[in-house]
Amino acid sequence: MTAVTADAPSAPPAPPAPAGAAPRRFGMKWQLLAWFVSWIVLWLLLNGKFPLEAGTPPFVQDALQNFASNLGLVSWTQPIINVLNGLYNAGVWVTKQLGWTGMIGLGSALALLVAGWRMALLTALGMLSFGVLGLWDESMQTLVLIAISVLLSLLIGIPLGIACGLSDRFNRIMMPILDTLQIMPSLAYLGFIALFFLIGPPSGIVATIIYAIPPTIRLTSVGIREVSEASVEASRSLGATGWQVLRDVQLPMSRRTRVVGINQTVMAALSMITIAALVAAPGLGQSVLGALEILNIGAAFNSGLALVIMAIVLDRVISAASTRSAAGQRSKKETWTNRAVAAVLIAVGALLPAIAPKTATWNQAWSHPITDPVNTATDSLNNVLYPITTAFTEWITVWLINPLESLFTGTPWFIVIAAFAVLALILGRVRTAMTAILCLAGCVVIALWPDTMVTLTQVVLAAALTLILGLLIGVWIGRSKRADRVWRPILDAGQVLPPFVYLVPCLTLFGSTRLTAIIAAVIYAAPAVIKIVGEGISTVPSDTIEASRSVGANSWQEIFKVQVPMARPIILVALNQGIIYVMAMVVIGGLVGGGGLGYEVVKGFSQERDVGVGLAAGIAIVLLGVMLDRISQSAGRVRRTSSDVG
Amino acid sequence: MSSPTATPSQTTEPAVSVRNLWKVFGPKAETIPGSAHAELSPAELKADTGCVAAVRDVSFDVAPGEVFVVMGLSGSGKSTLVRCITRLIEPTAGDVFVDGDNLSAADEKKLRELRRNRFSMVFQHFGLLPHRRVLDNVAYGLEVRGDGKASRLARAQEVVELVGLSGFENSFPDQLSGGMQQRVGLARALAGDPDIMFFDEPFSALDPLIRRGMQDEVLRLHHEVGKTMVFITHDLSEALRLGDRIAIMRNGRIVQLGRPDELVGAPADDYVADFTRDIPRSHVLTMRWIMRDVKPGEPLDGPELSPDLVIRESIAPITSSSAPARIVKDGQLLGLVDRDDLLAVIAGSAQG
Ligand SMILES: Nc1ncnc2c1ncn2[C@@H]1O[C@H](COP(=O)(O)OP(=O)(O)OP(=O)(O)O)[C@@H](O)[C@H]1O
Ligand SMILES: [Mg+2]
Repeated sequence: MTAVTADAPSAPPAPPAPAGAAPRRFGMKWQLLAWFVSWIVLWLLLNGKFPLEAGTPPFVQDALQNFASNLGLVSWTQPIINVLNGLYNAGVWVTKQLGWTGMIGLGSALALLVAGWRMALLTALGMLSFGVLGLWDESMQTLVLIAISVLLSLLIGIPLGIACGLSDRFNRIMMPILDTLQIMPSLAYLGFIALFFLIGPPSGIVATIIYAIPPTIRLTSVGIREVSEASVEASRSLGATGWQVLRDVQLPMSRRTRVVGINQTVMAALSMITIAALVAAPGLGQSVLGALEILNIGAAFNSGLALVIMAIVLDRVISAASTRSAAGQRSKKETWTNRAVAAVLIAVGALLPAIAPKTATWNQAWSHPITDPVNTATDSLNNVLYPITTAFTEWITVWLINPLESLFTGTPWFIVIAAFAVLALILGRVRTAMTAILCLAGCVVIALWPDTMVTLTQVVLAAALTLILGLLIGVWIGRSKRADRVWRPILDAGQVLPPFVYLVPCLTLFGSTRLTAIIAAVIYAAPAVIKIVGEGISTVPSDTIEASRSVGANSWQEIFKVQVPMARPIILVALNQGIIYVMAMVVIGGLVGGGGLGYEVVKGFSQERDVGVGLAAGIAIVLLGVMLDRISQSAGRVRRTSSDVG
Repeated sequence: MSSPTATPSQTTEPAVSVRNLWKVFGPKAETIPGSAHAELSPAELKADTGCVAAVRDVSFDVAPGEVFVVMGLSGSGKSTLVRCITRLIEPTAGDVFVDGDNLSAADEKKLRELRRNRFSMVFQHFGLLPHRRVLDNVAYGLEVRGDGKASRLARAQEVVELVGLSGFENSFPDQLSGGMQQRVGLARALAGDPDIMFFDEPFSALDPLIRRGMQDEVLRLHHEVGKTMVFITHDLSEALRLGDRIAIMRNGRIVQLGRPDELVGAPADDYVADFTRDIPRSHVLTMRWIMRDVKPGEPLDGPELSPDLVIRESIAPITSSSAPARIVKDGQLLGLVDRDDLLAVIAGSAQG
């Protein structure tokens, strides 16, 4: 209470309720300040003492190395590996046999059947552009991988979704599993899967299925649950068996929702199969990755463009299929003409090489990759921007990244651990502090301490930037319907775009640096955070805002005194989500100059010799993620209870 | 037995016979019937046990060929009752007999067999299959029971004509008006040639004018095909038009069961009286309800009327004669009705 009375003269007459919460927050502010100051003091005193070098991998990494090399021989995955490899090779063989004319014929025929002639045309043009970009083979490999992953996802996901739709019990079991699958950063389990399924197509397919299957299960279940109770009951009243009800009523009537699920699965598969290039899955992802590694911006841009075209075509065709499915079933005549045309398309495409041998293989002369033009353009752009971007990079590096990194790496390890434990105590409970200690101690045991601190620096900065961006744009779209309309498509695009695609311009502008890694993480994490913050701001009750306006608050006061405080729980959720997303990008960050744990993982993927270190680094990323997740979550909890008091 | 039951006039075996039927929703539902809780009001029951007794101790018989109407306010348990009879919902306690077969004891297979052949249902929200043509919707029940394609389409065509939908066989449900959609529902229920049809507020979603047309349709079909019908409604005028007998439900119980004129002439309680208040008594009450004993010296040469003649139809014969009408059944004089008696009833109902 003393704090409140001391504050009283300057503060406007506060309603009694928040007064109970005030001393607590007030106290927490001081605690955090004290925490920060003592860390700085300890750092100044002990900077550079008690170093923990990575040095030679100790016994843990050797053990992991052994574990990893033995796991590859685990016999139960071998049959699966063989089947998936077989499927992949067969798929590629088919694309080779059909040739580019046959494949375009097949693709547009399929689009014609499910989505009409406009979509068939779009498909043909899209596929043609793969050849024009000089990426025909890579595109076909990616398509084959997507086809296999999606088919397997549907084969597994639709029955599971039906079971979820029919049984509340099963639904209750499945939903938390799906939540976990969707939250888990895909890059974190990619390496783990590679241990079981070896690097190559099988690991890519398995990881893609895990990543892409939840929407199919979810939306199949939702679709079945949405089917009008009246129709189900009517069917039962006529004496239909459970199977007849499913076949005649629930499946046909849920078709549209199920197709939406399939669409999301396909888009997720495309995004994941690109990332799976890290475990040597072939295709377009591989060419983006290769181009990034040698910093050939033009080539990366070229492959990125092919990916975007593929995403657009798949999305449009399947969306059109879902809206057409109801109407399409009705017109028998149209169906038959379409079937005939589709058959002709396939036949012409497949037979064309026999008639005109010149068309049998794609003529390289027809390819016009945009690699060189893009490189020239970026070079000249770079020449203009070079002074600006280098100055910016310099400035951020010197004033932000370096100081924080030296704080983290320079402070003796046990003090860093203690610092995080205390932070966890201030924000959360003893349990949180214990988690923090265990996680960081794990990183010490794994002998990757310096790498961990480098990564931690970037994660903290990226999360902070993400939150700032999230607050700025989130408040904006939360307050203005018009801003929301403008930003939402951009945010949606940001969420579906495979991260590789926007790495390209980042690399061009900022080079292979830690800043690029941070920016990539921010771009990846910001859309979700902005959306969550916007949601939180726009749900602040309008009568509260009107009340604050009626006492003469201006826009800034309205934002900072009413909307942000009232949306605080949601903003903390956004922070937590932001951290998870940022953690998911650590590996990619390592690829584009971030160094740290991400780099060790990438090295582990690419070199057999370093698998142990790579795995250890993967574990360290997970440990770091768990700690940050717990601490940020507990911050949300504390605030919530204190606002409960108020 | 606490609920009032009326014995059907016929002595033949009832088509549907419901005995002490209960449906309780909520935790430990099976302990409620027969316990002290059963006597509580709905609010008390909900507070005490968290349960809702949607159907409480209901018993009645439906004679073959009868149109039996169940009516009551929203939430009184009508839908639950009819679904318990067809076991679309499992009853908590009690028995249902259909033509002497105990439905409550039937297993899944037997139940499907009965649903496919012996009874069918028409629903308030139609429950049509939007992805099938009208003809395929009508034939669906036949398809479910395994009839061949040619025979089921032929039968469906027949029924489509019966309900007046010729010409729309190839339309899809969403291309039809509400009234026509319900005709499809009706045709679907008729297609399997069931003995008993259940209707759950089939016309509530329709405009009043169309509703009237559909009621006529049901009356016509009842006339032509002579099915036993159990008809749920919350509309009293519909009940009075269609029902041979009417059961009035309140809070899950049947509070009165009888012929239309019995409900209007002798409501069992205020709830029923409230229900029937707006009904023009002259449309429902019969001579039996207004006749009086012969006063000494009255002329006995007036017209001869049946005791079951409704007042409305007696106006012409009674007013055109100066002597009071004689109410005669089987050659026996039961009483007299004159102009003044008639006027008193009509004036009374105008006030009420
Ligand atoms: N599945 C259920 N779970 C719990 N309570 C239910 C359930 N179904 C119905 N009830 C309750 O049972 C009571 C009777 O419902 P019912 O649908 O049979 O009424 P109704 O007479 O058909 O009403 P309406 O005219 O609105 O159709 C209501 O109080 C309702 O809330
Ligand atoms: Mg109802």
